[in-house]
Amino acid sequence: MGFPGSMSSISREDVEHLARLARLAVTDDELDRFAGQLDQVLSAVARVGEAAVADVPPMSHAVPLTNVLRADVVTPSLPRDVVLAGAPAAEDDRIRVPRILGDAE
Amino acid sequence: MTSTRNDLTSADVAELSRLLSTGEVSAVEVTRAHLDRITAEDGRLGAYLHVETDAALAAAAAVDEARAAGDELGPLAGVPVALKDLVVTEGVPTTSGSKILEGWLPPYSATIATRLAEAGTVLLGKTNMDEFAMGSSTENSAYQVTRNPWDTDRIPGGSSGGSSAAVAGDLAPWSIGTDTGGSIRQPAAVTGLVGHKPTYGSVSRYGLIAFSSSLDQAGPMARTVLDAALMHEVIGGHDPRDSTSIDSPLTGLADAARAGAAGDLRGVRIGVVRELGGEGHTDGYEPGVLARTREAIEVLAGLGAEVTEVSCPSFDLALPAYYLIAPSEASSNLARYEGVRFGLRVGDDGSHDLDEVMALTREAGFGPEVKRRIILGTYALSSGYYEAYYGQAQKVRTLITRDFTAAFADVDVLVSPTTPTVAFPIGARVEDPIAMYAADLCTLPASLAGLPAISVPSGLSDGLPVGLQVMAPALADDRCYRVAAALEAAQDAARGHRLLDELPGRGAAA
Repeated sequence: MGFPGSMSSISREDVEHLARLARLAVTDDELDRFAGQLDQVLSAVARVGEAAVADVPPMSHAVPLTNVLRADVVTPSLPRDVVLAGAPAAEDDRIRVPRILGDAE
Repeated sequence: MTSTRNDLTSADVAELSRLLSTGEVSAVEVTRAHLDRITAEDGRLGAYLHVETDAALAAAAAVDEARAAGDELGPLAGVPVALKDLVVTEGVPTTSGSKILEGWLPPYSATIATRLAEAGTVLLGKTNMDEFAMGSSTENSAYQVTRNPWDTDRIPGGSSGGSSAAVAGDLAPWSIGTDTGGSIRQPAAVTGLVGHKPTYGSVSRYGLIAFSSSLDQAGPMARTVLDAALMHEVIGGHDPRDSTSIDSPLTGLADAARAGAAGDLRGVRIGVVRELGGEGHTDGYEPGVLARTREAIEVLAGLGAEVTEVSCPSFDLALPAYYLIAPSEASSNLARYEGVRFGLRVGDDGSHDLDEVMALTREAGFGPEVKRRIILGTYALSSGYYEAYYGQAQKVRTLITRDFTAAFADVDVLVSPTTPTVAFPIGARVEDPIAMYAADLCTLPASLAGLPAISVPSGLSDGLPVGLQVMAPALADDRCYRVAAALEAAQDAARGHRLLDELPGRGAAA
């Protein structure tokens, strides 16, 4: 894994890497600030490690539901013009997207 | 006429409903009184991000016309309402407190917005909130600071702080809030309101902008327990559009509130949670908050309830578990803001590729707390750390649920303070995330277990409101309303007026 450093410690480099994974173009100032704050938060939340949970199943949800199905029938969708009106850029009845390959590729 | 206007904006909904049904006031008069007060006061409070002036008056006029024509109208027809700005409303700006959604006009409405409209309520506007509901003070809004009507140098709670300030400040008779870790209950507590987080799955999440999907739940914020129950009955119930929606009828919530107000709690077993402000667990709790809590419990005992202390040892780990689970789910949910399909797009000038545009958009569109939580969530879900953080937090969630199950074998409801302190000064905790998170200490266990919990005023400490939290088993929301209404009625009778009437500038204080 690309996270140097021990458990419950998060470095400026870790934050930079995580921000890149999360598609956040954070500034140098933010990296300085977030690294300290996140290190504090992480040492606080690392207390979950204290719990004796060896045989305890994980709980992802309060409602024990599985496979909620609906009838296989066509229902109305949003009209195309309504959806495109909310898009940041549209062209030829489609959402316009920036190029997907960088210069180096 | 001034006195009539003040009466209309400070009345509870049950009273407004009566005035409207009997024709003593028109829906337009009620709506105009609120819009006028918003114009006069919201510059000071900052509760609203958007006010629907023309549409509200038109909707109110339509109610009046229907009534004049002899149409059968529901009891809430013509009652105004405010919605937290993460409730999606067709054609009405919806930002979730974020710049990334500035100017977005949703193409559809949330189920709860539709149900409130179908009940004839009039949408006044959308209320301020911490960005994507991440916060306990509303200071994380990308747009404005919201002030507590009890003391405008203090926070109104959060994340539903616009909704709390609007109702406490007479800018709406009631409002919708949402609660992920306490965001209905804590703002209600610090502004002297009633706020109820329903059983997870009992109110539709369809059309609520997601923060942490396994925890998010919408609910009422109101001036009285009965009003909260009335709103809950309108918005609750099964919705096929939310796959986690519970398909079972709501129990009689307004009836439970009325029964509680009658003041007989004989046979009701109340457990006081030691780990939430009890002996050995008072660090961070203000003495005034603990005193109001003790007094409230004495009132409930005086009404016949059987009170015992209960221990829920795993609650001590609720805060760390929550601050792993919620950021993890948020980092996933907020991936949808990629600058492609809707919302903000930054850097689309031909020199950046899609990946760079996404990163630039999210950098410009999200505020610091949202970025911190996305980064933390990304970390907690990383391979190599997943088991130690997210996996471990999920197991702690099981332990917390087991503590509740064991406690509810012996008692009907659990009580605690809603939040450890009264409203803190604006700015006091902005640069200290850990201090900010501590505001949620008492509300997190019920959130993680998906249980219903209400905050009801228990009195003042240093002139600022304190709330008592009442938690109940899943789908037993009626117990929260019954016990809360009993406390409210007893305290209102003892002091001769509502707690809200002691708000500076209100009747009883003047």
